[in-house]
Amino acid sequence: MATIHPKLSDELSQTVVSSTKSVKIKIKRSNPNVNSEQKFDEFVVPIEKWTTVLDVLLDVKSHLDHSVGVRYSCRQASCGSCGMKINGKPGLACFTKISELDSDTVTVEPMDNYPVVRDLAVNMDRMINNHKKVMPYVIREDSEIDAESGIREFLQSPENVDKYIQFSSCIKCGLCNSACPTMAMDKTFVGPQALAQAYRYIADDRDKGKNKRLKVIDESHGIWRCHFAGSCSQVCPKGVDPAMGIQLLRGYLLGIRD
Amino acid sequence: MMVLRESIIMKIHYGTALGALFLTVIHIMMRLTQDFHESLEYENVIANYESVGYAILLELLLILISVHGFNGLRVILLEMNQGPTYEKLVTIGCLAGMAALIGYGSRTIIMTNMGML
Repeated sequence: MATIHPKLSDELSQTVVSSTKSVKIKIKRSNPNVNSEQKFDEFVVPIEKWTTVLDVLLDVKSHLDHSVGVRYSCRQASCGSCGMKINGKPGLACFTKISELDSDTVTVEPMDNYPVVRDLAVNMDRMINNHKKVMPYVIREDSEIDAESGIREFLQSPENVDKYIQFSSCIKCGLCNSACPTMAMDKTFVGPQALAQAYRYIADDRDKGKNKRLKVIDESHGIWRCHFAGSCSQVCPKGVDPAMGIQLLRGYLLGIRD
Repeated sequence: MMVLRESIIMKIHYGTALGALFLTVIHIMMRLTQDFHESLEYENVIANYESVGYAILLELLLILISVHGFNGLRVILLEMNQGPTYEKLVTIGCLAGMAALIGYGSRTIIMTNMGML
């Protein structure tokens, strides 16, 4: 049941704006540490055509309700902190303009498939742990720092870089895991984020840890539980295609890729 | 208990699907040699089981579909719930179901060929 703060929502934001447009934002509020209550609070905030969902949330925090829990940092889709469900679809609040949503009401909720810390902030431990499990770094015995010759480079051809470069754009925002239907069902599924990162390093010709990583993902709640719904690729704000990475990884496991 | 890697199990899963599809096509083509109602007549069904080639085809089809189907069921059940005991029970249950189905189907073919039906 939605609740409205009449006094707060009547009070317009103090931000100096030239626009006469406004948007109603519905924010899902909850604090599992206190009780299991969940509700939507509504606020009316003035907007410009460039206003993002994060701008609106920060406006609410600054002028209408300081207690709204939201995680953010860079405000330019680089840090991956402000992932949330915006009008039912996972997205970055800083990368979603209100004008693009084509709606007078914007509903924001915490991402699915993560435990809520408070309001829009979620606990991302599961994603980070799975990310660590696939060893997201170049594995090899020698080093770029050589005792005799100093620092050297592991050179790559542009063709080899092309094999993985899109997957290195991942900012660990967790939107792919939030959109994944298998993540919702299977609490131990490794998830599209970790699988895409496994592919990123396996496809890197400087890396020698292919077999170690394939062993990690080739288990009963690993890569084979992906249903190829493709929603992970749909919601990625950085253009990474985890669904394709997963299919390419399966090629290694089925022996049709080297 | 010997545990197969998931990639080996999935290779078997895909292989049995392709094999079952191929044999089902042959099976349907064989059925097209007579009218549908004739195909289901008791004598014709028994005759199919008594033909060695056709009995082998049916036995293979039974094995492929049982392996594929019960592994599919295992995958669905593993997704619905997790935990070491549950997963072990699901795996053992599916293997037992698979063996029981293959055993029951094979029994029909063997009994027919031994003149017991």
